[in-house]
Amino acid sequence: MDEKNLNLTLKIWRQAGPTSVGSFQDFKVSVSEDSSILEMIDDLNNELEGDGKEPVTFESDCREGICGTCGLVINGQPHGPIPKIATCQLHMRNFKNGDTIWIEPFRAKAFPIIKDLMVDRSGFDRIMESGGYVSVNTGGVPDANEIPISKDVAAEAFDAAACIGCGACVAACKNASAMLFVSAKVSQFSLLPQGQPERYDRVQKMVMKMDEMGFGSCTNTYACEAECPKGISIKNIARMNRDYIKARATSENLEV
Amino acid sequence: MGDLKSFIPEGNISDKWTNHKFNMKLINPANKRKYKLIVVGTGLAGASAAATLGQLGYEVEAFTFHDSARRAHSIAAQGGINASKNYQNDGDSVFRLFYDTVKGGDFRSREANVHRLAEVSESIIDQCVAQGVPFARDYGGLLDNRSFGGAQVSRTFYAKGQTGQQLLLGAYSALNKEVAKGTVKLYSRKEMVDLVVIDGKARGIIVRDLETGAIEKYSAHAVIIATGGYGNVFFLSTNAMNSNATASWRAHKRGAYFGNPCFTQIHPTCLPVHGEGQSKLTLMSESLRNDGRIWVSKTKGDMRSPDQIPEEERDYYLERKYPSFGNLSPRDISSRSAKEVVDDGRGAQGQEAVYLDFKDAINRLGKHAIEEKYGNLFEIYETITGENPYKLPMKIYPAPHYTMGGLWVDYNLMSNLPGLFVLGEANFSDHGANRLGASALMQGLADGYFVIPYTIGNYLAEDKPELLPTDHEEFSKHEKEFDELVDKLMSINGKTTVDTFHKKLGRIMWNKVGMARNEKGLNEAIKEISELREEFWKDLKLVGTKDGVNQTLERAGRVVDYLELGELMAVDALDRNESCGAHFREEYQTGEGEAKRNDEDYTYVSAWEFKDLGRWELHKEDLDFEYVKLATRSYK
Ligand SMILES: Cc1cc2nc3c(=O)[nH]c(=O)nc-3n(C[C@H](O)[C@H](O)[C@H](O)COP(=O)(O)OP(=O)(O)OC[C@H]3O[C@@H](n4cnc5c(N)ncnc54)[C@H](O)[C@@H]3O)c2cc1C
Ligand code: SF4
Ligand code: FES
Repeated sequence: MDEKNLNLTLKIWRQAGPTSVGSFQDFKVSVSEDSSILEMIDDLNNELEGDGKEPVTFESDCREGICGTCGLVINGQPHGPIPKIATCQLHMRNFKNGDTIWIEPFRAKAFPIIKDLMVDRSGFDRIMESGGYVSVNTGGVPDANEIPISKDVAAEAFDAAACIGCGACVAACKNASAMLFVSAKVSQFSLLPQGQPERYDRVQKMVMKMDEMGFGSCTNTYACEAECPKGISIKNIARMNRDYIKARATSENLEV
Repeated sequence: MGDLKSFIPEGNISDKWTNHKFNMKLINPANKRKYKLIVVGTGLAGASAAATLGQLGYEVEAFTFHDSARRAHSIAAQGGINASKNYQNDGDSVFRLFYDTVKGGDFRSREANVHRLAEVSESIIDQCVAQGVPFARDYGGLLDNRSFGGAQVSRTFYAKGQTGQQLLLGAYSALNKEVAKGTVKLYSRKEMVDLVVIDGKARGIIVRDLETGAIEKYSAHAVIIATGGYGNVFFLSTNAMNSNATASWRAHKRGAYFGNPCFTQIHPTCLPVHGEGQSKLTLMSESLRNDGRIWVSKTKGDMRSPDQIPEEERDYYLERKYPSFGNLSPRDISSRSAKEVVDDGRGAQGQEAVYLDFKDAINRLGKHAIEEKYGNLFEIYETITGENPYKLPMKIYPAPHYTMGGLWVDYNLMSNLPGLFVLGEANFSDHGANRLGASALMQGLADGYFVIPYTIGNYLAEDKPELLPTDHEEFSKHEKEFDELVDKLMSINGKTTVDTFHKKLGRIMWNKVGMARNEKGLNEAIKEISELREEFWKDLKLVGTKDGVNQTLERAGRVVDYLELGELMAVDALDRNESCGAHFREEYQTGEGEAKRNDEDYTYVSAWEFKDLGRWELHKEDLDFEYVKLATRSYK
């Protein structure tokens, strides 16, 4: 066996379908420290398949921390123990020989489990459809440099826009609140001049949809920020709350 | 003489698109909603197309195998997007972008398409900014630019190292706006598994629901495929894990010609392979070449740590060989040069890798400036390798990255099958034998926002296709054929897993149809691939059922296609007895080891018609170079 290999025990959540009862299953693996945790599961799956057993269902795509597809709870933490990375970026050199690793799906009422580690996060898309855009059509827009934006404002908007929609914030929150995710999008647009015309309308629509999709309320525990792979700041939540209060005070059209 | 017509409009190159837009037939706004359009893929090309067509009033159904449109492979693009805005006042223009792209593509692209691309590039930036895409800005609050390989002007717009993400989220937001209005119906977790062709026209698609396993039929007046490239035929590539060729390949098997399949780009700056368990390769944006210097030791087998190798013992081989473009030489040239020094035994510490060094840039500009430009890329590097690139140079090596080839399309982006349109990386059209950096995002958005909305209207108005019901016997026949394919896969009951086959194919492709090819290797590859295919159908081990989620079945279906496509890539590479762009045939090189084109015999697009398994007929589209004169590329 390779010197650099780690021998580990994995406890992985298995669940056949949305309504089935799930449980942890144990696996022994030997893995190179240069591998990522998802490569470790790839290997495990390849072995399971070779033995004619059901591989572990999990999702990933870019494996570079940008698409937001992967998302596992590792040893109790969404995206694992290392701050500011997504699950796919977690490399095995961060573990020790002999470790036991617990691997579970993101858990939240609004993210039902589909199979094993695969969950349904389409609630996020529904929120985005409710107002996460600037309503411009294709064509007929001004020259890009006719809208000067100070470097600082652009940078702040970018930082909010960097959210990858992974849902770790929801999984980390004891209330399963989606405030960090929603506030990131709301902030991107409320900071930029392009977002001003719909600023107050947008925040109301998105918050309403968020509640409707079954996400919980925010009680300021900041667990979301701690687990966010992109370092999305809770300042965005404060900004969104301000916009929301102002919107409620000035508009009646969306009162419910 | 080529037999394929591309329908390039008459007139001077700079008037063609304008004239064509005027001459094309229109559909009046009230009638648009009577037309149903299917868009497969919601990456940059598909999302921008679906959003714009929905906004125009068509009834659009968009499909993605992803759980959300926001996750398409486009999201991973790092470096930037080109546009001929000339905001930097450094001499850029539509004509220069056109010229650079034709030259960069080594004279194997269609001039009229490339010119149109350069023309609409400016509108793309305007559009994205209006959507709230947070591009990088300078201190005056205006848009910032950087330069990319193959260009001597700064025309690349960027958002840190996350340009693709920000552009895709922009297109996704435009799409959401239309979904909210009800003009676009979005189907996620549904994979197109066949194209329904009736009487020679594209009439709809067959889809597998990835959650339930159900097979479904959808009918439309026209089908648009925007499903990305086929780089994953190599198994290890920079493409996302799930990127695949299935939509394009199944359309090909239903009659759509495949253009220039052997034109695949190997990107020069990726992280080297770490071991057997590796699942994919990570790109380090080529924008790093703006400030990083590429070198290896002058000595063979030099195992010293790079900081122990003195300046005079380093070979900055790109700067040496190509003094005017240096580290910014085009991708094909940079990749091949890296392979040359590694083959010469001078790889970084004995590995298949070369150094990309930021020491000089940090000394010149300060660490802060470098961090601002490339901070997240440096972080990515450190997370993956455990090494700090501010202190030690990065180690990089070329990897399969992008496919210039794809389904053949005419000037209107329609394939040879009426009613089938192909956009983005999935088509072959604009990059010739080599794509310049930051031009794929541009092409995807050009196709989706600004080209297809015009050209599809003309097709619908002229051709007046009718909508066939999905209970038409041909739809049922297509559905049944797919179901049989699944049953066949599930019943092989052999011993070898899908990934094992995919890795084996990848190795053949990388070794024999990769960065350098020759006649002997290609003939071997053709034989080995068809043998591997036979073995696959005898010995595949596939677990699970066809109902519900079965990711192994999904992958198996994709590998079935790669095992056929891989062969066509080798066939095409063998047919093209010349070196051009990324297609390097060892038999055809200059005394200095540069690619030697054969314009006399090969100034054409190869468009392959599928006849039977392992059998194709070649059609040719002749290429004319009226505005950029055929010349040997020189980046010296
Ligand atoms: C790591 C990396 C970095 C890059 N950086 C740059 C850069 O800086 N600048 C640049 O210009 N280019 C860059 N590129 C290239 C560029 O990102 C791609 O060429 C481009 O994004 C492709 O866009 P697309 O819309 O054609 O396809 P994709 O973004 O690949 O989208 C494909 C879509 O089709 C769907 N799909 C596929 N098959 C099916 C099916 N059978 N059924 C249903 N749906 C299907 C997918 O779900 C997805 O929605 C980069 C590429 C990589 C790999
Ligand atoms: S805010 Fe952070 S944790 Fe939440 S979805 Fe966005 S990137 Fe993920
Ligand atoms: S797989 Fe894309 S973020 Fe992890």
